[in-house]
Amino acid sequence: MHEVTIVSGRHNHLIDPYLTIWHWQIPTYLFLGGLVAGLLFFSALYYLRGKEEEYPAIVRLGAIWAPILLAIGMFALFLDLDYKLHLFRFYMTLRLKSPMSWGAWTLITILPLSILWAMLHITSVFPKWRWPHPVFQSVVSYTQKKSKLLAWILMVLSMILGMYTGILLSAFNARPFWNSAILGPLFLVSGLSTGLAFLMLLSKNHEEHLLLNKIDLMTISLELFFIIHLFMGLLASSEVKIQAAKLFLGGPYTASFWVLVVGLGIIIPAILETLEISNLGKRTRVAAVLILFGGILMRFIFVQAGQLSSF
Amino acid sequence: MARYGMVIDTQRCVGCGDCVVACQTENNVPVGYCRDWIVQDVQGLFPELYMEIRSERCNHCENPPCVRCCPTGASHVVEGGIVLVDKDKCTGCKACIAACPYDARYVHPEGYVDKCTFCEHRLKEGLLPACVEVCPTHAMHFGDLDDPESEVSKLLKTRHHHVLHPEAGTKPKVFYLT
Amino acid sequence: MSPKFTRREFLKISGIGVAGLAIGGKALEAIVSESEWPQADALPLVGPNTPGNLEVSPTYCEICFWKCAGWVYKVDGKPWKIVGHKDDPNCNGRLCPRGTGGIGAYTDNERLKYPLMRKVVRGKQQFVQVTWEEALDFIAENMKKIADKYGPESMALFTHGSGSRFFEPLFKAFGSDTIAEPSYAQCRGPREEGFRLTFGEGIGSPERIDIPNARCIVLIGSHIGENMLNSQVQEFSDAVARGATIITVDPRYSTAASKSKYWLPIRPGTDLALLLAWINVMIQENLYDKEYVEKYTYGFDKLKKFIQPYTPEWAYPITTIKPHIIRQTAREMAMQKPATLIHPGRHVTWYGNDTQRERALAILVALLGSWGRRGGYYYPNKARVPKYPLPPFPEPRWTWKDLTLDQYPLARKAPTNVLRDVTLQGDNATHPIKGWMVNATNLLMTLPEPQKTIDAIQKLDFIAVIDIIPSEITGWADVVLPECTYLERYDDLRISQGKMPTIALRAPAFPPRWESKPSWWMAKQLAHRLGLDKWFPWNDIEEYLDYRLKQVGLSLAELKKKGVVRLPEQKTPIYFEEGIQPRFRTPTGKIELYSTVMEAAGFDPLPTYEHPEEPPEGYYRLIYGRAPMHSFSRTTNNPLLYQLMKENEVWVHPTVAQLHGIKNGEYVILENQDGARSNKIRVKVTERIRHDCVYMVHGFGHWDRRLKRAYKKGASTAKLITKVKTDPVMGGTGLRTNFVTFRKVKKLTA
Ligand SMILES: Nc1nc2c(c(=O)[nH]1)N[C@H]1C(S)=C(S)[C@@H](COP(=O)(O)OP(=O)(O)OC[C@H]3O[C@@H](n4cnc5c(=O)[nH]c(N)nc54)[C@H](O)[C@@H]3O)O[C@H]1N2
Ligand SMILES: Nc1nc2c(c(=O)[nH]1)N[C@H]1C(S)=C(S)[C@@H](COP(=O)(O)OP(=O)(O)OC[C@H]3O[C@@H](n4cnc5c(=O)[nH]c(N)nc54)[C@H](O)[C@@H]3O)O[C@H]1N2
Ligand code: SF4
Ligand code: SF4
Ligand code: SF4
Ligand code: SF4
Ligand code: SF4
Ligand SMILES: [Mo]
Repeated sequence: MHEVTIVSGRHNHLIDPYLTIWHWQIPTYLFLGGLVAGLLFFSALYYLRGKEEEYPAIVRLGAIWAPILLAIGMFALFLDLDYKLHLFRFYMTLRLKSPMSWGAWTLITILPLSILWAMLHITSVFPKWRWPHPVFQSVVSYTQKKSKLLAWILMVLSMILGMYTGILLSAFNARPFWNSAILGPLFLVSGLSTGLAFLMLLSKNHEEHLLLNKIDLMTISLELFFIIHLFMGLLASSEVKIQAAKLFLGGPYTASFWVLVVGLGIIIPAILETLEISNLGKRTRVAAVLILFGGILMRFIFVQAGQLSSF
Repeated sequence: MARYGMVIDTQRCVGCGDCVVACQTENNVPVGYCRDWIVQDVQGLFPELYMEIRSERCNHCENPPCVRCCPTGASHVVEGGIVLVDKDKCTGCKACIAACPYDARYVHPEGYVDKCTFCEHRLKEGLLPACVEVCPTHAMHFGDLDDPESEVSKLLKTRHHHVLHPEAGTKPKVFYLT
Repeated sequence: MSPKFTRREFLKISGIGVAGLAIGGKALEAIVSESEWPQADALPLVGPNTPGNLEVSPTYCEICFWKCAGWVYKVDGKPWKIVGHKDDPNCNGRLCPRGTGGIGAYTDNERLKYPLMRKVVRGKQQFVQVTWEEALDFIAENMKKIADKYGPESMALFTHGSGSRFFEPLFKAFGSDTIAEPSYAQCRGPREEGFRLTFGEGIGSPERIDIPNARCIVLIGSHIGENMLNSQVQEFSDAVARGATIITVDPRYSTAASKSKYWLPIRPGTDLALLLAWINVMIQENLYDKEYVEKYTYGFDKLKKFIQPYTPEWAYPITTIKPHIIRQTAREMAMQKPATLIHPGRHVTWYGNDTQRERALAILVALLGSWGRRGGYYYPNKARVPKYPLPPFPEPRWTWKDLTLDQYPLARKAPTNVLRDVTLQGDNATHPIKGWMVNATNLLMTLPEPQKTIDAIQKLDFIAVIDIIPSEITGWADVVLPECTYLERYDDLRISQGKMPTIALRAPAFPPRWESKPSWWMAKQLAHRLGLDKWFPWNDIEEYLDYRLKQVGLSLAELKKKGVVRLPEQKTPIYFEEGIQPRFRTPTGKIELYSTVMEAAGFDPLPTYEHPEEPPEGYYRLIYGRAPMHSFSRTTNNPLLYQLMKENEVWVHPTVAQLHGIKNGEYVILENQDGARSNKIRVKVTERIRHDCVYMVHGFGHWDRRLKRAYKKGASTAKLITKVKTDPVMGGTGLRTNFVTFRKVKKLTA
């Protein structure tokens, strides 16, 4: 028998009985961040491959949605700050060892670049679009000249952004569930996958849809692979990590994670997509919706579970 | 340069919580929060029992993940190896709270993150931390770990001791004598 | 014309006479309890970084009766902290958590604020805010009425703490010595009598025990470390650190037990059997101090004969302590004698045979030769400060003694419970009690059988209560007087006994909040209204204090600067070794192992064992104790201390929990053998307790809603104590005589 009790003193309500510092804002942001990473990555990729006309949803609609979703995500992050007036403090320094700092700087760079990127594509989506001031036009024209460079930069930054959503959590040694190197790649591929799913919803073009399906099938398989490795890794590690893994293996998150996230959010969409690619199924948006649902739920569950796991 | 540490004698400590109240009033910690707390750790089966009572707080780790992860530099280390939060730089992002394996930090109602300061303001005046000074059982000792003549160094040399969660790799500077 | 209340209903200290307020108050409550954190209710404390005026003033603590001296720090008149006084032997510069949290008594916004009077408003009883004039006039008028009709003796005073120093003279001047404190029959009484019968002297407070020099310490129930009497805890901890042998007898693995070489988890209520077995071993194995026993004691032969059957083997099935452990611990004690300190306990009113248990304990002390010896019991010094000269008090026609003489012949102080029982008899009593003044004692939590207390109150013509918070007893008062806290007032000097006698001053650090007033002022005002001015000849407390201090060459001004002075400075002997003359104020002039006084009074002159009643099937003995951060019921609403422990838990052994299907952390209701039920209380399933009893901390489970924080937090021990076994020797109330079982908390719908 081992009884460990805090008999007096510590009842900071965000910490006991377990950590509850992060609520809906952080997982919302993590979800949107990953999704935007996906949008930007594929938009830039197919732009560089000159597929603008062939895949208009991927290249153009994705570009336009990216800064909007990113801004919403960043706003959620802002809402999470307890000292909002000190927001500017993020940008008074760069802390190389702090993922949070990396994130802040990545966001602040990527947001204007993604806006520029969206501006490049806006007139092709909305032909009647008129800039309210000639300044905008000159910015667009200038950007146009450097569009390839911008696309390259965005591809790199979007990878960082997608990766970062996982690394932010995995850097916390103190929360055994998060503390796994797999979380970065996992969140990246999951982000790419939600980005693809989002594009599926936007795409009106059969070819494009099929392409999205194919890529997504790849990311989804990777995602499954990472998930399995995440748990294998935890189980092969120290006692605290085994306890953390048990949150999902018999613990409170078992059903919601394996049934809803993995089953409904990954495996079923994978089956639907396979059917579609092999022309057995009809073209539907169900897979896309499920993937988005699985993606957001996974982030909520992971953020919570990490806070529940401790030394 | 000194390397401050705390050595807490669990044989003496009775878990009264005086260190908690003293910290509260000394540092004006708002009601409902605390920088230190008491843990009772009981092992065994009736009637073969063993109990360790600990007064816990920020360990002022030598390898502090809270400082590493802070995006603004609000969490920082000052002379003597004391880990502090500069409330004027803190954004309340709470990364440091997530990073601390000891749950030593909390969000002050004003929005910044706060925790034990080793009573740095008192050290400057040549006083001991408030919790150390109040402890009715003299269970707490404070001093320079680098000075072989200090009380804390001597205690660590002569008594069995341990730190909390050494596996977290943070190198805590609060030691528990058993 | 004052209305007379034949039936008082329990009133909340809320209604200021406006019926509509009640509803508003309720709505507010709901909001408050919804968001529990942060509790911003307390006044802001002022921290070190606040620039401002730092002021420091002396006080001694009133959160318990150890009365540690300290300094109150304030910045710009706002409270910052209280720290112990370095020269004070009661605290040695370090207050206990309750003393450190004493600031919270001042900052608590739920204190009593105005004098209140019970009135009938629209056919309903209510408290109405009144002026001090009205309240005091009303009290004086009622006291006079009772004096006219029954005699002043029929006005009883229940009092505890510092205010007694002014209310007692008031009552004595009025002509009543019907005065009782709970510190006797609910606390130390049996030990004072047990020791007085044996050694001719009691223990007193602070206890005359020489922990610093003890090499072996035996704790029978005394849960030092949870029982937080400051310097005693400090000395105990030093003893642990220096490796003294600690033997703890407790059904629960207490903090002290965790620091002991031997933990004897005794069956509750059987300590006397263990003590007898120890005495048996001491004598059988010739372990006792022969020279000492021969020289100083009376009745050894009788004891020797008497003790023969009480072997460790006899005690084993009773106590569940194995014979070899009893022998081994007895030998350890003997090895270190006379520096073996058998702690006399403090709260000792447990099972109704308590004086006899304390007698056995005292006999063991005598056999070890540790009375009057280094490491045992010393002879304390006391600073002598002449009293303020007063005319002699009138002789009452009867006193409390007339109430106890037949029933509890050896009671040397009034048992509160006896005054209550006499009150219950109403006009049928030979000496009826018709009025109560209750100062600083929450009788409903403090006395067992709270329903009896309420019934007694219903028989009264009049009851006034003086308190600082709306404690339960205030709800039954006709008049409630709000006292200011100890941080806002002067009180009489603290003159302590001990190795180092001292005088300490309490001076106000802050002006009283709201309309609260100090007790000296209330007593003086009442004296004036009762025509008793000549017993309160001083104009104000400062004059009174200065006068007393001048008698010993000090002054108020000086003490305000020093806080504590040691008097006299020279070292006087405190042990036989140092030249104290062994004199015993017993009839035989010796240490009475065999008590002639008990014999004369018709009690067993040697302590015979009586087995306590066993719990019925499925029930567990209710035992209780202290938590280090709380004092009884008085601190549970203190905003600083509340947060350290918000509610008490009931400790249950895992097998018992399993049997009843209850889980750790679950809320249950406790029901005792008479069907009395508790508030809901959280279960702590723990190996730290025996399977035949459950444990909880006393002082929780407030039922006055105005104590917003403490209201309904945890359960009250008093409410579960509906059956007591009274000590036939001195009237102490055995309180560990009740049994409880578990009931599920019904889900309440909103
Ligand atoms: N069931 C049970 N009963 C017990 C005990 C137990 O352990 N269990 N313990 C017993 C013991 S050992 C003792 S000593 C007694 C203690 O008995 P009490 O001293 O009656 O204990 P409290 O419950 O603290 O009640 C004290 C009251 O005084 C008020 N008060 C505090 N400070 C002041 C002040 O400065 N001025 C005024 N006017 N009022 C003040 C408080 O608000 C509170 O209402 O209880 C005894 N009764
Ligand atoms: N923090 C704090 N300290 C206090 C007080 C306070 O209110 N708060 N009050 C002060 C006052 S007035 C007093 S009187 C003292 C009281 O303090 P003590 O004199 O130490 O009180 P006890 O009732 O002896 O101690 C309670 C212990 O007795 C154990 N016990 C219960 N039943 C039995 C039994 O049958 N046999 C034995 N051997 N042990 C048993 C319980 O498990 C518990 O550990 O505390 C003082 N100190
Ligand atoms: S004040 Fe001292 S004895 Fe009390 S809990 Fe803190 S360390 Fe332990
Ligand atoms: S205990 Fe926590 S807050 Fe303190 S230095 Fe270590 S990691 Fe940082
Ligand atoms: S909450 Fe403040 S101190 Fe903590 S990591 Fe964020 S900025 Fe740094
Ligand atoms: S060192 Fe100071 S800040 Fe830290 S716990 Fe002790 S009193 Fe509080
Ligand atoms: S022991 Fe604690 S509560 Fe009692 S007088 Fe001393 S400081 Fe106050
Ligand atoms: Mo007591």
